[in-house]
Amino acid sequence: MDENNKHQGGPDVCPGKRKQLDLQAVKEQIEETTGPEYWRSLEELAGSDDFREMMHREFPKGASEWLDSFSRRGFLKTMGASLALAGLTGCTKLPPTEIVPYVKQPENLIPGKPMYYATAYTLGGYASPILVESHMFRPTKIEGNPDHPASLGGTDVYAQASLLDLYDPDRAQNITYMGDVRSWTAFTEAVRGPMSAAKGIAGGGVRILTQTVSSPTLAGQIRDYLKANPQAKWHVYEPISRDNANEGAKMAFGEVVETRYDLSKADVIVSLDADFLYAGFPGNTRYIRDFASRRNPDGNMNRLYVVESTPSSTGMKADHRLPVLASYVEDFAKTLAAAVGIKLGGFDQEKSRGATEFDKAVAADLTGHRGSSVVIAGDHQPPAVHALAHAINQALGNVGKTVFYSDSVDANPVNRGQSIHELVEDIRGGKVDLLLILGGNPVYDAPAELGFASALKSNAVALKVYLGTHSNETAELCHWHVPEAHYLESWSDARAYDGTVSIVQPLIEPLYGGKSAHEIITILAGQPDLSGHDLVQGYWQKQHSGSDFESFWRKSLYDGWVAGTAYALKTVALKPATQADVSEMGGLDPGNVPVYELNFRRDPSIYDGRFANNGWLQELPKPLTKLTWDNPVMIGPAMAARMKLTFKDVVELEFQGKKVKGPIWIQAGHPDNMVTVFLGYGRTRSGQVGTGAGFDVYPMRTSQALWFASGVKLTPTGETYDLASTQGYQTMETPDGSERPLVMERDLEEYKKEPNFAKEGETPKELTLYPPVDYSKETYNWGMAIDLNSCVGCNNCIVACQSENNIAVVGQHQTLKGRHMHWIRVDAYYQGPRENPKGYFQPVPCMQCENAPCELVCPVGATVHSSEGLNDMVYNRCIGTRYCSNNCPYKVRRFNFLLFQDWETPQYKMMRNPDVTIRSRGVMEKCTYCVQRINESKIDAERADTVVKDGELQTACQQSCPANAIVFGNINDPNSRVNQWKAQSRNYSLLGELNTRPRTTYLAEVRNPNPELKTERSAG
Amino acid sequence: MATQTQIPVEVPVEDQRAPVIEPGHSFSTIGEKVSNIVLKRPVSLGWIFGFLVMFSVMNMLLMAMGYLFLKGTGIWGITIPIGWGFAIINFVWWIGIGHAGTLISAILALLRQSWRNSINRFAEAMTLFAVACAGIFPLIHTGRPWLAYWMFPYPNSMNVWPQFRSPLIWDVFAVSTYGTISLVFWFVGLIPDLATLRDRAENPVIRGIFGILAMGWRGSARHWHRYETAYLLLAGLATPLVLSVHTVVSFDFAVSIVPGWHTTIFPPYFVAGAIYSGFAMVLCLAIPIRAVYGMEDFITMRHLENSGKVMLATGLIVAYGYFIEAFMGWYSGNTFDSFLLWNRLHGPYAAWYWSLLTSNIFIPQLLWLKKFRTSTFWLWVISLIVLVGMWLERFIIIVVSLHRDFLNSAWGMYYPTKWDWMTYIGTIGLFLTLMWLFVRVLPMVSIAELRTLLPEAHVREEEEVHK
Repeated sequence: MDENNKHQGGPDVCPGKRKQLDLQAVKEQIEETTGPEYWRSLEELAGSDDFREMMHREFPKGASEWLDSFSRRGFLKTMGASLALAGLTGCTKLPPTEIVPYVKQPENLIPGKPMYYATAYTLGGYASPILVESHMFRPTKIEGNPDHPASLGGTDVYAQASLLDLYDPDRAQNITYMGDVRSWTAFTEAVRGPMSAAKGIAGGGVRILTQTVSSPTLAGQIRDYLKANPQAKWHVYEPISRDNANEGAKMAFGEVVETRYDLSKADVIVSLDADFLYAGFPGNTRYIRDFASRRNPDGNMNRLYVVESTPSSTGMKADHRLPVLASYVEDFAKTLAAAVGIKLGGFDQEKSRGATEFDKAVAADLTGHRGSSVVIAGDHQPPAVHALAHAINQALGNVGKTVFYSDSVDANPVNRGQSIHELVEDIRGGKVDLLLILGGNPVYDAPAELGFASALKSNAVALKVYLGTHSNETAELCHWHVPEAHYLESWSDARAYDGTVSIVQPLIEPLYGGKSAHEIITILAGQPDLSGHDLVQGYWQKQHSGSDFESFWRKSLYDGWVAGTAYALKTVALKPATQADVSEMGGLDPGNVPVYELNFRRDPSIYDGRFANNGWLQELPKPLTKLTWDNPVMIGPAMAARMKLTFKDVVELEFQGKKVKGPIWIQAGHPDNMVTVFLGYGRTRSGQVGTGAGFDVYPMRTSQALWFASGVKLTPTGETYDLASTQGYQTMETPDGSERPLVMERDLEEYKKEPNFAKEGETPKELTLYPPVDYSKETYNWGMAIDLNSCVGCNNCIVACQSENNIAVVGQHQTLKGRHMHWIRVDAYYQGPRENPKGYFQPVPCMQCENAPCELVCPVGATVHSSEGLNDMVYNRCIGTRYCSNNCPYKVRRFNFLLFQDWETPQYKMMRNPDVTIRSRGVMEKCTYCVQRINESKIDAERADTVVKDGELQTACQQSCPANAIVFGNINDPNSRVNQWKAQSRNYSLLGELNTRPRTTYLAEVRNPNPELKTERSAG
Repeated sequence: MATQTQIPVEVPVEDQRAPVIEPGHSFSTIGEKVSNIVLKRPVSLGWIFGFLVMFSVMNMLLMAMGYLFLKGTGIWGITIPIGWGFAIINFVWWIGIGHAGTLISAILALLRQSWRNSINRFAEAMTLFAVACAGIFPLIHTGRPWLAYWMFPYPNSMNVWPQFRSPLIWDVFAVSTYGTISLVFWFVGLIPDLATLRDRAENPVIRGIFGILAMGWRGSARHWHRYETAYLLLAGLATPLVLSVHTVVSFDFAVSIVPGWHTTIFPPYFVAGAIYSGFAMVLCLAIPIRAVYGMEDFITMRHLENSGKVMLATGLIVAYGYFIEAFMGWYSGNTFDSFLLWNRLHGPYAAWYWSLLTSNIFIPQLLWLKKFRTSTFWLWVISLIVLVGMWLERFIIIVVSLHRDFLNSAWGMYYPTKWDWMTYIGTIGLFLTLMWLFVRVLPMVSIAELRTLLPEAHVREEEEVHK
């Protein structure tokens, strides 16, 4: 400790310093404010001198101060060198002194032209291969890697929004020891001592806690260390784990395997509570693509059955959906297994629910599609359900056709719950001297009964080191906090769901001097302080046998993956004992439920809480509820009616003695007698955005009840709380009993009989007094078509658009008023009985109407039509009468009621797309069909003396769409895809009867229900 | 007086109706009575107190506007889909109120309704002040008010013009023309009275001021001739404006495609509504003023009763408008229109709609009864209710139509904020502050025109011509 105190950056090193650690004061000020007040507090803060100075300096004082005990000469020398390199740390920030332009321009760099780099984003160990757009070395947009089989161009919301995390001003910016700023050298010195001491006892007392690791380099590093220090231990924990899937695989095959599916070959898909069409499910991007490719009613359409305990976007897309209690899924799986001919020991169907019409129909459909069907189990279902799914897939002969097995992507697939349990026991037992937590936030999200926080708080561990991006709940309880470099700032590697390795390459120097896990492990192992690049490259150099390493390396970086690393398919045999292993069903008596079942789910927007400080994700409307900034206590309509609960009511949940309060959300299609709560909210140390938003359910989550358990009690508190939902009304049936055909839908049979059903509302084109504008002479005539059958409501388009078009985040308070700014929204509609309705998604960007009602009423001509059919918005000319929005039947226009854009935070200035104007207050804005991309393509084409070809130009929403549900292009090109789509019989205009003649049209939805099953029944 | 064009019939003393001017007045008593309020009457504590109250309410408006300019229109309750809220409601309401003055001055002048002569002056003043209040809103409701001048077709180097197809531009012209004509009309009418005040004023400073304002009026026959001609021409000019302003204001809604706005009945229905609320405001102000300043002789029960009748008539037109809207909602078979009707009757703002029907249609039916028409108390109460009702009408038209339009997903709710209320109440403060000042510094009834109501103003030949 004394050693460290010496380095406390004092006046002796930096004499010009006014006062010490003003950063802390500002931070405290920020932390005191809670999430919803974020925007207000920012404005207030902007007025304070400290804050202004911090912003002016770009980095807080501590970050730029020299803390090591250099000699004066050394200090001056280094200062000189850093001045010369000042451009590096600040990216494009140039020193205020005389500057010299590039004498030698970096290769390929054309100012104003972005460059794209392939890298990978990792969530739960699974890599999403991405391309990152970089403007003058600043990452500005994330796209899917179109050549990678796990992406094919699509992304998921977390990957899209991870860009905002990079620039998050709340990220930890200093290495700290007990809250005081320290240097990297001080840290390495402080750790090396105890580590070399531990080495003497073979690493005894050293514990490494990581999140799921799929990085071969990192896993190799840790394994090497463990080999040298056999007494050290590696623990893995993540609150959203695949324990159940892994245990299920062990149950079925005796080993942990990775299961993946080929949905493009599946005619019948049965989901056992698996939300495989939403981000967070491994491989979801590819699954969405494959699933959507089979939703063409003119082709060979698949059929999806979903049995689920909480309505999900996958359930909304189902042809048949059965809402059941989570504990009934196992029962259903058994019924299904029995029906496909698997003998189950100890399972008596008569004693349980008994096979229903639904069960029989599903089983018949599955047996009718042997080899072309698939059963997918959800990660929150117990191992038995996974084992049963494996058994059913085997019995149906799907393995090798639609279901494949390979080695686990997870480098250390230990049981998470057990692993953290052992760690806590070791801490309590005084066996841990040095605890290294690499990422994650176990203090916040470890199972409640372990008391991880209290174990960590006790002085049992001599040295606690935390590597993390934010100063969060865990960082608070550790001695050392090393800021973690964002994945766009550091080298690493990771495996995609099929095992393919992508090299994670940085696009920018660490903004706040963060370190990667690789570098920390190096220090731990007592190796020289190698850079992440050297470590990763070194690892692959060892793996690569040929002599052409340089070209192999360059190609791997260029492609975004290392060729030949996809896992080979594995043939696994079902353990003969499986059938007996499947546990006896211990479900509830469906007739008389004394207590309610509690369901824990990952939040669709902020996952397990790690994205709590990401404004894009916080404000991203969750796919079904369209809620933002909060998590609800979700219950079904019948239960709400019984308990006389309505929206806004706050209830108290009591589960195993723990009490948590939250507001009610009544969700159509939610099973009865079930309560769903979402993880990730109620963070106490998240940052300006996430702290305080929602309520924390982790205190109720124990190892025994990680995903669901019965025995939760609900007590109304009489309080109310407003939840900010972005959608006003969620059925197409208006309260007066009439129905609006907003999403046109038919069954496959009806569609075959009447393919033109969607055209009813169309008005004849000549229904106007004015001669129609002739667009046929133009080279380009832009249009868009959206296939509602493909759209799975994954929300990617919203985040992609937000990132591409510099769309502001407005905060919970403004969202509550209805002032969210998204240019594209995904409307979710329900139809039919509230207990089990049909669900629809409808993405709504600007329709770019040919007869645009907005243009007519603007008094200053700020919204005008272009010769290419675009409805252009001229921000400079807009005076903000909002008449255009009033007159827009689609309500796609967004108004800057206040100064919503952050014009101050320097980090955000670097993040923004330089091709898109930042809108100020008082100005209307809306979807432009990504006019900046259109113009860029047109200019490029013109320079090449050609025209923009179909497919060359993609809007941001289209590009990110994993389902390929959006097509944009030139209507004047007869062969363009958009023209082909618009020529389809399913093509219709939304509110076509208004004769607005929208350029964005929809392909009507066609469902493929089982003719045997006319009505679905709700159970549970 | 020989060339007078507006010839009132003789004072109808034998008529059943109340007289438009009580007997016993001569040229000089009228002049004295009216001008004494301005020149002689001491400033009472009540007046000062009232003025201070109104002045502080007006300052609330300034505060609300200051904060608005600082922060943006987000301080109000407006949102997407309800892009217009209190600002436009108040604009239409004030413009409506501003209709009575010109209607009384111009149209009734052309129709030779002599009873108008004693109420036209302050009705015109009221018009001006109401238009001033109304004029604030289109400016401040814009997102960037410092650029609101772009709505005017001014020459600029970029050759950018307003977008003339937008009804908001028509509004700019309609309201600014109306404001200008009303001001000129009012001032021209004031000139002979200003001269009277000049002549009666004893304080040289006041005499000087009135002298300048009187523009050298000497009351010569030539002056009277030109005055009457100008007045007549202005009346002719103002008359179409009375009809056009609110017609154009109604286009703001009728031209759009929003269900509940997109209606051809809007122009006549808006004009009737405007006159309705205008007369309500006239009564609302005239009844207390005549009591306080002892003007019962000039503003007689006949005036009040006539105003009540106008209210009844216009109120019935408005009721017809509501009926047709509802009927068309049902008859058209259009889902959006029929839902609009349902939503008004049963939606979240149903209470507001029922209050509107009550205050605009049901309660004013009391005016059929002479007992209510001739009771100052009831007239005053009813006119207040009508003013509230007409405000509610605009609320229903604007907010309720917008909050649930075509796409169910985009429905929303509107909750006015304290800034909305402060701005609205603040304009009432501004209006009353101006009225407060007006009654003390200018003749609130027209001396010259009142004199024409006296028998001695009538020349026999003209009387015969008239018979």
